[in-house]
Formats: sequence, C-alpha cells, structure tokens
Amino acid sequence: MTTTTRMTETGTITIDATVNGRPVHATIAAQTTLLDFVREELGLRGAKRSCDVQVCGACTMLLDGTPVSSCCTLAWEAQGKAITTIEGLSAHGSLDPIQQAFVDTGAVQCGFCTSGMVLTAKSLLADNPSPSRDDITAYMSGNLCRCTGYWRIIDAIQLAGERMRDKDGGS
Amino acid sequence: MTNHTYTPGGESIGRNVPRIDARAKATGETVYAGDLQIPGMTYGKLLRSPYAHARIRSIDTSAAKALPGVVAVLIGEDVLDINPYYGHAIKDRPLIAIDRVRFAGEPVAAVAAESLAIAADAVELIEVEYDPLQTVISIDEALAADAPHLHVTQLLKKGLFHGLGDFNLDPGNVCYHHSFARGDADAVFAGADIVVEGEYTFPGIYQYAMETHTTIASWNPLQDEVQLWSNCQHPFLVRAEIADLFGLPQNNVRITVPWLGGGFGSKSYTKMEPITVALARKARRPVRIANMVDESMVTTRRHGMNAWMRTAARSDGTLLAREVRAWFDTGAYADNGPRVVATGADAAPGPYRWEAVKVDSWGVYTNTSSAGSYRAFGASHLQWAGELQIDQIGRQCGLDGLQIRERNLLTPGEYVRPGGKPLDADLIGDIRQAAANLGWGTPKPDNVGRGLSVGLLAAGAHPVSTAFCRMEADGTVTVYGSSTDMGQGVRTVYTQIMAQELALPVSRIRVIGGDTQITPYDRSTGASRSTTLAGMAVKRAGGELRQQLLDIASREFGLPPDALEIRDAAVWHEDESRSFPDLIKAHFGMVGGELIGRGEVRPEQGSGSYAEGPVFWEVCIGGIELEVDQDTGKVRLLKTASVADVGKAINPDQVEIQEMGGIMQGLGNALWEEMLFDPQTGQLLNSTLFDYHIPTFGDLAVEHASSIVENEDGPGPYGSKGVGEGSLAGAIAAVATALYDAGVTIDQLPATPERIWRAMQKERME
Ligand code: FES
Ligand code: FES
Repeated sequence: MTTTTRMTETGTITIDATVNGRPVHATIAAQTTLLDFVREELGLRGAKRSCDVQVCGACTMLLDGTPVSSCCTLAWEAQGKAITTIEGLSAHGSLDPIQQAFVDTGAVQCGFCTSGMVLTAKSLLADNPSPSRDDITAYMSGNLCRCTGYWRIIDAIQLAGERMRDKDGGS
Repeated sequence: MTNHTYTPGGESIGRNVPRIDARAKATGETVYAGDLQIPGMTYGKLLRSPYAHARIRSIDTSAAKALPGVVAVLIGEDVLDINPYYGHAIKDRPLIAIDRVRFAGEPVAAVAAESLAIAADAVELIEVEYDPLQTVISIDEALAADAPHLHVTQLLKKGLFHGLGDFNLDPGNVCYHHSFARGDADAVFAGADIVVEGEYTFPGIYQYAMETHTTIASWNPLQDEVQLWSNCQHPFLVRAEIADLFGLPQNNVRITVPWLGGGFGSKSYTKMEPITVALARKARRPVRIANMVDESMVTTRRHGMNAWMRTAARSDGTLLAREVRAWFDTGAYADNGPRVVATGADAAPGPYRWEAVKVDSWGVYTNTSSAGSYRAFGASHLQWAGELQIDQIGRQCGLDGLQIRERNLLTPGEYVRPGGKPLDADLIGDIRQAAANLGWGTPKPDNVGRGLSVGLLAAGAHPVSTAFCRMEADGTVTVYGSSTDMGQGVRTVYTQIMAQELALPVSRIRVIGGDTQITPYDRSTGASRSTTLAGMAVKRAGGELRQQLLDIASREFGLPPDALEIRDAAVWHEDESRSFPDLIKAHFGMVGGELIGRGEVRPEQGSGSYAEGPVFWEVCIGGIELEVDQDTGKVRLLKTASVADVGKAINPDQVEIQEMGGIMQGLGNALWEEMLFDPQTGQLLNSTLFDYHIPTFGDLAVEHASSIVENEDGPGPYGSKGVGEGSLAGAIAAVATALYDAGVTIDQLPATPERIWRAMQKERME
C-alpha cells in the first residue's frame, strides 16, 4: 500500500487505508476529520461526537492499534494505517471479550460513551493484560461517562482481562 | 408496610436481568438521533447572539441566501404568521429571536443547507446589527430596583403545563414566587437555645448528556403534517407545544424518540424542536439541527441559587424551626424554573419534625442562558445547606451526625407538608444503613471527615401514564409505552414487568420505543417516574391480557378462571395445561389474531396536582468520607456510600448502577462543576469541556459501598418506587457535612480547593 498522501488542486485528498481490515480508497476534502470520514463517508456510525475537543473519548478509534480522538484527527493522518472502529470488534458476529464484559458487568447505560470506552480498553489490555485499578484509571482518563459512575467499567475491563488471559493460558 | 403478592409464575422481578440494549450499544449498532439519515435531509446551523442583551437593529441574510447549497435562512420575521412564543410553564420564549436577544447564545438566525459545512459558511455571511442594552447577569442585579426588565411580565401568558396554581406576575424580573409557612417561626426563633444561620451560593451547572440536543424535523406542506425525530424525554408534552405553536391538530404532529445518549433533565420539555420545525417549514425539506456541546450548554442548565437559611433547636438537640429564602437564577426564559423553585422550597425544611417553618423562594430572570431541569432538581439546591446546619447544631449539643438525625427525622405516616402525601419511607433505617456503610464511629485522623445527609424529593410529577401490549398468535408479546430510555434502562424494566405478569421468559418480549403516533400517552420521563408510573401502566396492561387468557382458558377447560393458574407460558389446571398460542388459536379459530391488553395510571384521589402530591417521596441519602489537604484545600475522596430506598428493586443491579452514576454527578456538582458567566458581557466563559470539568475515572473515591432497602412501601409495581435522583442530592449534601466534620464550613459550591482553603483560613483566624 502506498503511504503518500496526494493533495489535489481542488483541496481534496485521496486516502488509502484499511478500515476494520478492509481496504478503503476515497477522495475527500482535505480538512475532513477522521470522525466525519468514517461516520459520513463510510456510514459507520458507532463512533460518536460529543465534546469535539479531545476530552471525552466518545469518538475514539484505533489507528494501528493506538487510540485516537477521531474528532481532532484529520482523515489523512490515517493514510496507510489500519483504522479500527467499534464495528470491527464484532465483525464476525460474536462479541469481542471486552464488549461481552461490558454487557455482563452492567457497564453500559445510555451507551453513548461505550464504543469509545471499549476501544480504549482494547488498547489498554493489549499493552497490559492484567491492569490494576490505578492502571485503568490512568489509561482511561480520556474517556468520559456521565451515566455509570465508572465503577462497572473498571469491573468490565478487569473481567475482560481475566477472560482473555484464561483463554490464552488454556490454548 | 404493604405486602404485595407476585403474580403466579413469573420469575423476573428482583432479578438482575441483563439490559436488553446492552449488546447493541456495546457493538455500536444502536441508532441515536444523530445517526439517522432521512431522505432529502438538509443540515441546519444556528447563528447565535454574541450579546447577552441587545436590540436587533437589522439582519442582512442576502449573502447567505446567495451561497450555493443554501436551502433556507430563517429569522424572526419568518415566524410572525404564528404566535411564536412558547414555554411549558410560561410562554415567554420566541422560537427564534424577535427584535431582541436576552442571552449570549440565543438563536438569531438559522440556515438549512445541503451540507453542514455550507450551513456553517452561510451563518458566517449573515450580518446582524445590534444595539446593546444594559445587562442583568447576577441575581442581585436582576432584583435591583432600577434593573431593566427582561420581559413585560404582566403580559406573559401561562404555558400549557404551568401546573403550579395562580398565574399573575408583577412587573420586574421574578417569574415565580413560592412560599409557605406553618407555626409561628419568629416566636420559636426568639425562644430557641440555639440558632445557626448562613448564606449559601450554588452554581449554574451543565447536565452534560454526552449526546447533545439533536432534532430532525420534516414538514409536509400538503397535509400540514410535522414529523420529528428528537432525543426528547417528554415526547407528548413536546407534541402538544408544537401543535399549539404551529396551529396544528395534535395527531398531525408525530414525534419519534430514538435511544438517548443521556438526558438527566436536559432533554425534558421542549428545547430545539420549535426552531427546527420552523426551519423545516421554510425549507420545505427535512432538516437536522444537532447542537455542539457549547450550544447545548446554553440550551439548558441547572439554576444557580443564592439563599439565606436559619435553623433553631433546643440545647438537647431537638430541632424547632427553620426559615429559608432562596433566589433561583432561571436565565432569560423560565423553562422549568417555576417547578424547580417550588420543589426547591418544598425540600428546604428537610424531613424533620418542625414546630415552625417559613419558606420563600423566587425564580429570577437574568441575561444568561435559560435554566431548567437537572436530575434531582429541588433537593440538590438546598439539602446541603440544611444538612450542614443540622450538623452545626449537633456539634453544639454534643450529638454526632447520626444521633441528631435519629432524634429528629420524620417517621412513616407523618406529614412532610400539610395537604400533601405523608412520609412513605423509613428514613431512620436508611440513615443508619448509610452510617454503617461508611464505618461510622471507627477511628480516623483529624483531617478526614465523614458526613451523612438525608433529604426528600417530591417525585413522580403528574401521575398519568398509559401502556398497551399485544400478544401475537405465537405467544410473543410487544409492549407499547412512551417512557424514553435515556440510559436508565426503562425498556428493560418494562420487559421484566411484562414477563412477570405473563409468566414468560424475557426473551419472548419486545418493547417499542416512544413514537407519539404508535405508543400511547405518557406524561413525561423524569422525576423518577418511569418504573413507578409507566411501569404500573405496563403491569396493568399485562394484567388485562392475562385476564383475557384466563377467560379463554376458562371456556376451554369448562372451569371458572379462579380454578386456573398461569405459569411457564401456559394456563394450567392441576397438571393439565394449554399454551398461550393454543388458547389464541382456540379463540380466533385460526392460527392468527392477537390479544391486546391496556393499562392506565391516573390520580387515585384528587386531581394529581403538585399541591396534593407527590406520587412518592424519593429518599435522598448520602454518605461520604474524605480527606482535606490542610495546606492546599485539596480533597481526596476516600469512600462514597449509597442507600437506595426503592420499595422493591425490580432489577437490583440497575438500581445500584443508577446510584453510582448519581453519586458521581453529585460529586461533580459539589466539588468541581460551575458555569462561569462573564459578569459584564454575560458570555459563558467555560464553554468547552477543557474548561468545564466533568468527573473522570480519576475522580472516583477509593471505595464505594451501596445498599438497597426494600420495604415494599412504594406506589409502583410490586411496591417499588423510583430511584436515580436521590443519590445525587444526597452526595452533594454529604460532601458539605463531611467537609464540616473535617473542620471546613463551606457556604459556596463547588467546594474548590481555593474555597476550602479560604474557609480554613477564616476558621483559623476566628
Ligand atoms: S468527541 Fe472527540 S474526544 Fe470528545
Ligand atoms: S453510559 Fe451514558 S455516557 Fe457512559
């Protein structure tokens, strides 16, 4: 895959990336944010806009596995990268262990924060499979939730970590 | 205590049934208002006033209209063919500014365009000339004798849902005055051993539902039909106001409510719907207006408040009298201000046995964004001040926070206020539980404070809800109710109630979300009423359907209905059974047809008015342990405790999560959150989440302990009563009492490190 971004004379750019493992090639206005690109151009609406200033994490996506606030990331920054959105985690019909743990522990209320929470947690558990509460608090501090009071989200992340470790250990 | 018998067979009540929406939310499939795409939809953007108070001299929209891709531009003169003033309490608000703006952020023009980017560009091209007027930003300024008046109050009309007695306003900036008195307060204060007195300030607060206000409107000019998709909490009240504004029959207005990304009161009553409908009417195309956070912040907020309070007691700690005066800043338009003012006043005495009380509260117009409902309104404003004074008295009498409350709290059956509903909760039991959860009485260092608080909130609003349910030929059931699921889980609770009534597994039941053309009337989603009232309507609908099944089975078995029972998705006589599909087939003579059950809730006695209410008293318990840094005033939260007095927990897990969320918001209100308006220009200074602190993971206490109290003393299904608001008010007040225990008397919230430090310095000087 090419990694050069081409800016055309009309202020549009072409972007080549993968989204949830599928190659995407698109021509978009240069100032398009990653959030608008994914939501409006690709029609994947699981990522949400809330604060729009990189505080709340509702718009979180993974770029090559690293969480970014897609509201404050330009789409061209994803050039040549692997974009993972919430839709990518359950693409094969079954829930990711983190999603399942969110369901099982009651970490979901209105759900507006959930897609961002799950993706940040995904990256956390990839770095640190058995995070302490302090580890979680530090890593997740860029994701707000106004409903749950956070306790169950911590439980969910720890439960998911446990289940993923058990599975790895068993295989 | 009443004893509720459960319907035979069902096993859904009191179980932690997983939320029916959790899976779709975890996978990102849930559709919120902002995810909808309507064919032909245009994108709306508002031009908002930079001035807090000004006359509009002229608006030039020609350049905006000329921009390719612009479909319509709306300004005040476009709505003069209708009466464009609305407000469910007071019709004081034009749906778009007409000749004058009254707060910074008020919509002055609206653009509909083929894309949001074009709409935003067009907004920049609109030229408005303003003549600034003198502003009144603070409550004190608004009440000054020579203050300019925001409205000609004598000419204002009562809204469709004022609901709070007489309506005639004097000239000035007061939109509502609530007062009551009993006993001779002056005499009791004069003869009391102890009197504590203080002045208190509470900030304006942003509810911050993570999903901002989002509305799509489409106007069909051929039939004068309006279709709205809106993330609103009270679709039927919005429908009534839209029909009233645009002169339409109510059944020409359809409001569909998707899943909400939080509400907390911010989406109660009518918000962005009128301007969106007016823009769609002009554009003759569907249009979506989705607020950004800074726009939602000036769409509605919690009232700021100034108050004065004094409390009298005997030297043995017997409480005698309380007197309160409170002024609530409702901003430029009343919104739900009158009800906030009334409930705030009602909650001000607290649930104690008084010889005399005297309370006055006022709603005051200022040139700031308008204030309305926010979770636990009423109790949040004054419980903390009242509870602080209880502990101040306790300290003078040698009683700790638990002892003085045990001595003075009302007991079940005593009157909270004359003419209203007597107390329906065991508050002494509740507060003992909160104390136990905190480890009351165990040793702690001096800089650690423990605080308790207890209060009551008039909950339920007007008790009118309806629901129905359909059982299809295959025995599956669909529930139709209009309570909005904004995250509190009401659709899961409906599922459990219906499963219980019909002895079905929850997997056989679906719940349809609010749509005024399909689901039946429910007054509103707020005031902790969904389980209690709408849930009762669902229970009755299920009960009616159950009776139909029994009647059919009675014919089939040739036995009286009371010889039969329902369990395991069938009707039984001894060990013989007929399944539901069997019975429906027998009834209709084919594999088809359906049974329909209907349920309603209306006032059981009287009119259901606010004065005769409430439906139930929601208990607001708090318990906090915190540590204060003596050098910096910084607070570290060690423990939060909650006690949910819910009568019966239909889903205990969901009750607990509601409590945890309520506490987090209460901590935000008490310690960090405050909307700052520039005292001269009236502009909101902290209009992004960079500057306005929403509690994060890092703000959690070290520990949390929660309890659920189930005395089956509520008016809802199975003895339940609502939950979700009490913990918020309780937490604010417990922060104040815990700080007091740690040596800090706070009189202004949020209790920032600077304010705590100053309070400590003052104490050290004295
Ligand atoms: S919307 Fe992107 S971080 Fe809040
Ligand atoms: S579940 Fe509502 S914001 Fe997190």
